[in-house]
Amino acid sequence: MNYKEFQKIFIEKSGFAAELISEAGDEVYIKTNSENYPGTCLLLHKELASPVMIYFAEDNRKKSDVFTLYCGFLGKQIKKWVFAVLDVPKDTPEFPSISKEIVSAQLFEREIREMFGLIPSGSPDERRLRLHEEVWPEGYYPLRKDFVKPEKIGNTGREYCFDKIEGEGVFEVPVGPVHAGIIGPGHFRFSVAGEPIINLELRLGFTHRGAEKLFEGRTVKDSLKLAECVSGDSAFAHGLAFSLAVEKASGVMVSERTKLNRGICLELERIYNHVNDIGGMAVDVAFSYPQALASVIKENILRLNEKLTGHRYLKGVNSFGSCGFSFEPAIQKEAYEVLRQAENDILVLKEMLFASVSFMDRVDTTGLLHRNTAEDFGITGVAARAAGIKADLRTIFPGVYMKSSFMLARQAKGDVLARLLVRFDEIAVSLRIINEFMQFLAESNKEDVNSSVEKEGTGLGCCEGFRGPVIYWVKLNSEGKVERCKIVDASFNNWQALSYCVLGNIVPDFPLCNKSFDLSYSGGDL
Amino acid sequence: MNNIYNIAKARIEKGIVTEELNLIGEELRSEIQKKFSRSLHIREVDTGSCGACESEIISATNPIYDIQRFGVDFVASPRHADALLVTGPVSLNMALALKRTYDAMPSPKFVITAGDCAFDGGPFKGSYYIEGGVSKIIPVDFHVPGCPPKPIDLIKHILLAVKNTKIRER
Repeated sequence: MNYKEFQKIFIEKSGFAAELISEAGDEVYIKTNSENYPGTCLLLHKELASPVMIYFAEDNRKKSDVFTLYCGFLGKQIKKWVFAVLDVPKDTPEFPSISKEIVSAQLFEREIREMFGLIPSGSPDERRLRLHEEVWPEGYYPLRKDFVKPEKIGNTGREYCFDKIEGEGVFEVPVGPVHAGIIGPGHFRFSVAGEPIINLELRLGFTHRGAEKLFEGRTVKDSLKLAECVSGDSAFAHGLAFSLAVEKASGVMVSERTKLNRGICLELERIYNHVNDIGGMAVDVAFSYPQALASVIKENILRLNEKLTGHRYLKGVNSFGSCGFSFEPAIQKEAYEVLRQAENDILVLKEMLFASVSFMDRVDTTGLLHRNTAEDFGITGVAARAAGIKADLRTIFPGVYMKSSFMLARQAKGDVLARLLVRFDEIAVSLRIINEFMQFLAESNKEDVNSSVEKEGTGLGCCEGFRGPVIYWVKLNSEGKVERCKIVDASFNNWQALSYCVLGNIVPDFPLCNKSFDLSYSGGDL
Repeated sequence: MNNIYNIAKARIEKGIVTEELNLIGEELRSEIQKKFSRSLHIREVDTGSCGACESEIISATNPIYDIQRFGVDFVASPRHADALLVTGPVSLNMALALKRTYDAMPSPKFVITAGDCAFDGGPFKGSYYIEGGVSKIIPVDFHVPGCPPKPIDLIKHILLAVKNTKIRER
């Protein structure tokens, strides 16, 4: 199905006038009203076979007395982002909820409610997500333009309401927010009957720092630095997605060399994180020897990162219109060497894990995430691919990957082992692609770096980080400053997958399931 | 099977142990011997960091740096800790948890902050949802700058902290 066919089918089924559909590059915006909004979303959800990928509001009261809602779907076949757009009048801040039909919209609607004070009428869950009841008073909506910080914060006397599981012998195990390891904060509430977990409720938001608000009014340069601090282990992916959005909004062209350099950084980030996760899974079953090896591999990649770009986590290397690091022949030779060594080490690591019966016994059939659950909740990235879903932004918007031998790694079963295998496969692919990209770079001519000029406009930037898609929607004003920035990290929806996949498993397997997803607290909480 | 372990062992041992690290480490070890009778136990708390600081702290325990051989260990409970290592700008949601973790530590104790966020909010300065630095909640004795601080810098600053610490009685 190409875009023309999709447009025809959509108009036929919805009865929309073609003028209401506007197309800008790979983004399509469909103007709806409050009556046909739920129907349109549902139609897009079904026709494009896409969960809600990004869903946010924008405060346009100054200009046109409305809040504008954007509900975005990804058309894998038409290779476009399709948005249903709805204006919500400022006097009646209410819109029809779609999360009863489309489950993947639920967290987004809760987010819109607490950040903008817009009420999704008919929504099944009215609780706050990040602004905890205990500290944040009622009636303050941070992402409204006229927001002022409340004078009194804390001691509100209210409390969050957990789902209660009752019955004979059922007990609760509360964990967090401060965990035993060196890891981010989150609260997990297990309801357990004997050994198996019968319910797990996640309460997150502990690392909420108000990132989206901080973007507003900043220059794009300052914003880029902020984007790189949203999720530290995906610093490059976040920086890249933000740059891509700004480049699209202001029409900056990017050279082939820049794209290749960015591809290399993105894959380096993927490798060190995947290796780290594999080591983490080993240590979570008390198999510390492979973890030691994995951490050596990770350290070597981090050192390579530093040598190439000046920063172990690739912060500060990316900029608008360029990704500035040069490949001197000596450094290139060293990079080949480090990657070759990593490849060998990973083979050893893999053999060590797979030869251990007790390790395999722990990961096989543990933490099953079924494909239809994953589809319903809009699970993306590694977790989705391990459950058999063919989804990778590198195949949908290939760019420089087109020329490479990129292959999508996929497993069908959806257990911890499947996610482990996907990670191993992706590391192998990434190593190969980096070598190919370096080859392309050596063959290509030196080009001038584009100077970037920021213009007014909107754009969506996305890239496949190591967890899954990182999506930025950015609106720039006439001074080239950020007006609104919406961030979606794969962690946001994927946390729900964790709470479903542990059901029926024993509590000691929870760390293993958790590590197999390796979700970002800060990326989800923003 | 044995063969694989030998290959891996060779790789892990080959970790580049620099002169600098050894010097710092030896000094750190002897200071810890004197002041903390052989072991310094640290509890780490993330109060809203992006995760990069955590990653570097974990890196300090990998076989290349192996901070444990100098007597530093990261423990699972504040009740076992001599020192608290805090990262992040302290989000409003974490303020109480941080305070409680500190209170749960037995005296004498001291606090180290790591990363620019923990100092004054760093890139998140001015946000509506952060306290803007760990020192707003609990007394801070030492700071490790960086975004994130490298493992070697962490080890250096832990040494400085151990050298200069005047342990706070409750």
